Amino acid sequence: MLAYYLSFYVNCEDKVILRSVTIHNHMTMKILVCITNVPDTTAKIAFTDNDTKLNKNGIQYIIGPYDDYALARGVEIREQSGGTLTVLHVGGAEADPQIRKALAIGADDAIRVNAEPLDSYFTALQIAHIAKQNNYDLILMGRESIDYNSGVVHGLVGEMLGIPSYSPVMKLDLDGNNATITREIDGGNEILKVSLPLVLGCQEPIAEWKIPNMRGIMTARTKPLNVVESVGSEVLTTPEKYTLPAPKGACKMIPASEAETLIRLLQTEAKVL
Amino acid sequence: MSVLIYIELENGSIKKTSLETIAYGAKVAEKTGGKAIVLAIGSADASELEKAGRYGAAKVLHATDQKLEHENSMAYADILVQAVQQENSKVVILAKSGLGDAMAARAAARLKAAVVSGVTQLPETDGVFTVTRSVFSGKAFAKTQIHSEIKILVVKKNVIEMDENAVATENAEIVPFSPAFREDDFKATVVQVEKANTELSLTEADIIVSGGRGMKGPENWQPLVDLARALGAATGCSKPVSDLDWRPHHEHIGQTGIKVAPNLYIACGISGAIQHLAGVNGSKCIVVINKDPEAPFFKAADYGIVGDIFEILPRLTEAAKKLK
Ligand SMILES: Cc1cc2nc3c(=O)[nH]c(=O)nc-3n(C[C@H](O)[C@H](O)[C@H](O)COP(=O)(O)OP(=O)(O)OC[C@H]3O[C@@H](n4cnc5c(N)ncnc54)[C@H](O)[C@@H]3O)c2cc1C
Ligand SMILES: Nc1ncnc2c1ncn2[C@@H]1O[C@H](COP(=O)(O)O)[C@@H](O)[C@H]1O
Repeated sequence: MLAYYLSFYVNCEDKVILRSVTIHNHMTMKILVCITNVPDTTAKIAFTDNDTKLNKNGIQYIIGPYDDYALARGVEIREQSGGTLTVLHVGGAEADPQIRKALAIGADDAIRVNAEPLDSYFTALQIAHIAKQNNYDLILMGRESIDYNSGVVHGLVGEMLGIPSYSPVMKLDLDGNNATITREIDGGNEILKVSLPLVLGCQEPIAEWKIPNMRGIMTARTKPLNVVESVGSEVLTTPEKYTLPAPKGACKMIPASEAETLIRLLQTEAKVL
Repeated sequence: MSVLIYIELENGSIKKTSLETIAYGAKVAEKTGGKAIVLAIGSADASELEKAGRYGAAKVLHATDQKLEHENSMAYADILVQAVQQENSKVVILAKSGLGDAMAARAAARLKAAVVSGVTQLPETDGVFTVTRSVFSGKAFAKTQIHSEIKILVVKKNVIEMDENAVATENAEIVPFSPAFREDDFKATVVQVEKANTELSLTEADIIVSGGRGMKGPENWQPLVDLARALGAATGCSKPVSDLDWRPHHEHIGQTGIKVAPNLYIACGISGAIQHLAGVNGSKCIVVINKDPEAPFFKAADYGIVGDIFEILPRLTEAAKKLK
């Protein structure tokens, strides 16, 4: 494991040095984008093994939609200011196609921590561990994963690294080491200025989703995807059983000519007015 | 041992979702045999904070400071950690929101506590502490065991009946709380805060009237806004509507937008794509108005009207006005 890290380190440093020569005097930004590997948004969810595991049959996997926003903005920044963009995923080899897709979209290299992302704390620990070794200036994540919808990994990682975290972020501009962020707050938004390093949970309209082009797909094949083992084994939560929501009762149809009765039904029958 | 409940304040009042959180926390305290203690950060009168007692809180720790004027999840999380330590709390409860998640996460890293977000039921506390939470964007629930000594739960809206009479009323004692601050938590400068003050926030609203591409254009929104006004509702929209800039981004509901759980969700000219449903499946009652009887949204609805929204909306508004 150590050997892996070392070789990766050297790789990274090499690149940083090379780039800093080509982009005269610009700060070389090191960006990390953390991606999840999740069922497609239209996937029908079902369980197996006594409702303890997701039934992966027929499910198509994608990069989490919010992670896709983070990646898109990361690629834009990397294109503007140079530096490196690494994608990171905590999970098994089944995510490799999605990781390659991220490389095709514009990441320079990838790291996969080869371990089941057991819970948010464990996942955050892995991300923080990688981050500590590589001193990223900017760690971009999605606002939430769409399988566990927790919206907590960025905060966990931020605190583990002792750096600020913000989410959901809708706009990110950089001027050297200074970031200007627009983030959503309840019922509005807030613009703030803060210096790097930062952890951000992204959402639209921070950037438009990017689709890999042919050249990207070709080069992605040869970009490094480093597989490393996990650290720590503490698991603070374990899933016990999954359930599906109770089926919805039939929809009560009201003829358009009697639309007004809806209001009465909402008051007397559904009791929501 | 105690249960610590973080509540959010808005213009000096306790947010409605936070009152629900107190009631939830008080029930957990009852089950685990401890006291329910509330933490409030920001300015509010004692008379307002005393309301916490009506939902079962025994004590309110109140932290106010010039430095805490802007919502700062890092500083707030640090205060939460100090409160947990002072009160020897084993369960920490927050309402699901951007702030709630961020505070919960940062506090969890400090306390080495499990954080479970999107909780939809009261926990099981006999034997292993077990919670149920929403996963796969509302398409399923996961029953989850928690093993850490301190447990942090981020609870969704509308999880328990909010009945003032259901919990034993306490005379909440209001205690000023003066935390120590970490300089690092105040690195950011807030440049601007934009808050739509007149409008109701989507996550707090009990009723939402939402419009889709069937509304045809931004100039047609008035009838929808009129109905929302008559019902005291907030307005929302589907993703294409905000993508097209017909409505502001913060109204966008769904998988990639805001997730809402109102008592009543009225969808006007929205087809009911699965990504939209992922944002509304926590609603108690769903009404769908669509001219296409085959629109998938009807399958997720409680009441449906097949018809032209522009003809139906004004009539609903008139009927709603007569209610009052
Ligand atoms: C990864 C991903 C994430 C997504 N996230 C979201 C999300 O978060 N939220 C979201 O909403 N979508 C999301 N989408 C998009 C989603 O798939 C749908 O395209 C979108 O919800 C459709 O919006 P709509 O219902 O407003 O428009 P349409 O599908 O065009 O539906 C318009 C409806 O209006 C009806 N209509 C038209 N005229 C009238 C009339 N006069 N009276 C009554 N009814 C009328 C039509 O019958 C139709 O059903 C996402 C898609 C992807 C791929
Ligand atoms: N297994 C994982 N590997 C890499 N990044 C992850 C993983 N799980 C979560 N993240 C990141 O953390 C964000 C928030 O996830 P969550 O807290 O699970 O909602 C996601 O959008 C990702 O950017």
